[in-house]
Amino acid sequence: MALLEVKNLQVEAGGKKILNGLDLSVNVGEVHAIMGPNGSGKSTFSYVLAGKPGYKITGGSARFEGEDLLALAPDERAAKGLFLAFQYPLEIPGVTTMTFLRTAVNAVRKKRGEAEISTPDFLRFVREKAAALHIDLEMLKRAVNVGFSGGEKKRNEILQMALLEPKLGVLDETDSGLDIDALKVVAEGVNKLRSKKRAIIVITHYQRLLDHIVPDIVHVMAKGKIVRSGGPELALELEKKGYAAFEQAA
Amino acid sequence: MNAEVKPIRTPAEQALAAAIETARAKFSSAKPVAKLREKAAMSFLESGLPHRRIEEWKYTDLRALMREAAPLAPPPDAAAIKAAKTLDPFPGIEARRLVLVNGTFVPELSDLKALEAGLTILPLARALAEGHKLTGKIGAIVPDTYDAALALNTAFLNDGIIIALEKDAKTEKPIHIIHCNVGKSPVATFARALILLGASARAHIIESFVGPDGVGYQANSALELHAGDDSKLDFVRLQAEGDTALHLATLLAEIGARVKFSLHPVTMGAALSRFSVLLRFAGAGTEGKLAAANLLRGRQHADTTLVVDHAAPGCSSRELNKSALDGASRGIFQGKIIVRHGAQKTDARMATHALLLSDNAESDNKPELEIFADDVQCGHGATSGALDETLLFYFLARGIPREQAEALLIQSFVGEAIETIAHDGLREALMERASNWLKERG
Repeated sequence: MALLEVKNLQVEAGGKKILNGLDLSVNVGEVHAIMGPNGSGKSTFSYVLAGKPGYKITGGSARFEGEDLLALAPDERAAKGLFLAFQYPLEIPGVTTMTFLRTAVNAVRKKRGEAEISTPDFLRFVREKAAALHIDLEMLKRAVNVGFSGGEKKRNEILQMALLEPKLGVLDETDSGLDIDALKVVAEGVNKLRSKKRAIIVITHYQRLLDHIVPDIVHVMAKGKIVRSGGPELALELEKKGYAAFEQAA
Repeated sequence: MNAEVKPIRTPAEQALAAAIETARAKFSSAKPVAKLREKAAMSFLESGLPHRRIEEWKYTDLRALMREAAPLAPPPDAAAIKAAKTLDPFPGIEARRLVLVNGTFVPELSDLKALEAGLTILPLARALAEGHKLTGKIGAIVPDTYDAALALNTAFLNDGIIIALEKDAKTEKPIHIIHCNVGKSPVATFARALILLGASARAHIIESFVGPDGVGYQANSALELHAGDDSKLDFVRLQAEGDTALHLATLLAEIGARVKFSLHPVTMGAALSRFSVLLRFAGAGTEGKLAAANLLRGRQHADTTLVVDHAAPGCSSRELNKSALDGASRGIFQGKIIVRHGAQKTDARMATHALLLSDNAESDNKPELEIFADDVQCGHGATSGALDETLLFYFLARGIPREQAEALLIQSFVGEAIETIAHDGLREALMERASNWLKERG
């Protein structure tokens, strides 16, 4: 059984059709890349998986470990092991990053029937994961994402993923707004999270992220569906030819 | 209009008029205060309770809302004093406690020992009886417009507290004025406080209001504050009255030059409350900050009416009012900034934000600017809205359940007004109160 099985998914937002029969199957241990031009529906797909309100599912299905993903509330999806790294992480004034992280970790543990993590254990856990992402602990004392640079925000997303240990991580344009050094740090962090027990979907517009996070399978998305799938070489082909040829095919 | 028209007195107004008659006969004090009291009584008898056609009270129609007037509280007996012992809302905080029970200062519950050098604390009743010279300062700050709540407080002015800090004196620990209401039957109380800070004095004041739920008592307090040049004041106020109480409070401040002061009112209690504040910047180069938090639910109605009067040049003022409104509660913020002739280089900013947690909650905001100087910076902003669904989704996507996400967001919203409290213990205690309020919300 695939970890994620999406069949003929059709989604509307604001009366406009955005996903047009999307099919995707992701197995545990795999890293998939979804590439596509702006407006092809990449981000919508990631939001629909995570359960963001405002989208109308008009057809098709999405199953996570065989369970109907679309029937679950967003927090239940997270507890089941789905994680979305936001393209634009939100700023939460007044809530420190540490409080946010700890609340999230304990909420997920509670839903999984595990005991709450003790403060010393949590601090050790955060320190270890933060160090791997070159995150200064001082940053975690600040309000979530408030005054963070673009790179800090994205690293904070990957830190959350590392702490929540999901089965499926969906990275929505994690490379956007990053310079090459920041990109390398983020990619390194993601590579550390690659595991036989976990799948990752990397959504990106550009090939450059895939130099650092090498995917097993590359999909090209256009006009709301996957129009072609292949190995890592497909990304290079895209880089050469551009998206136009694929959009025509769609 | 027709001057012949005599307004019909409501039962509350009639009862208050009768109580004023009784008080006139009973209260005695030296001339200036007696005169002040009489003048206030006459004004009230003439004007009655304020109603919605009085601009300053347009959202709080006291004439309609105050159905009856509770009888004047008798001096507290031994049982009342005993009951008040456990009512400190900040038991863990080291402070010099000054306790008023049903409007009467109670020395045996108060800490009057080992006063800091230059600190004087006087029970107001005694000071009035003795004709103490500091009582001459009472009523010295006169608002531009007549206010019925202040007039009533003055008409019944009989007890309270005087706190005076001489030049350069400093409070070693906060002074905590606790207004306790005790007893099972509703009474009316009229406490008065006068705080005098000499030049360069430094003070930390807490004022809190507590009382039983379900009693419907009526507390009307007034506090006059004179802050001398170069003084510094941190003032934290907690209104945690019983859930059916009527709370009317006036704070009048006359602030000298180069003063640094902060005011943090937290409003959580009473069925109906009105907090009227006048901050008069009378000396140049003063910096004032007000950050207020309001947590209302059920059918609570809380009105904060603020006048920031810049009468001297080069002062800055910052006001932030934050309200979390649940149930069918109503939060009102009227904020007026006045910049007088010659108050150049004034930098005044006011903001009020309400978070509406239910479809039936209401937020009324009325900002006003009156500017008579030409080289100033003034601004105000008001927002009201529901919790940000996009932000909530971020929490949900991390596995945090909705109720918990809402609680964190609400706490951070009102927390913005609380987190600037300099005193660690007070800040934490108030944050905890906010957090408990959220837990009770369920």
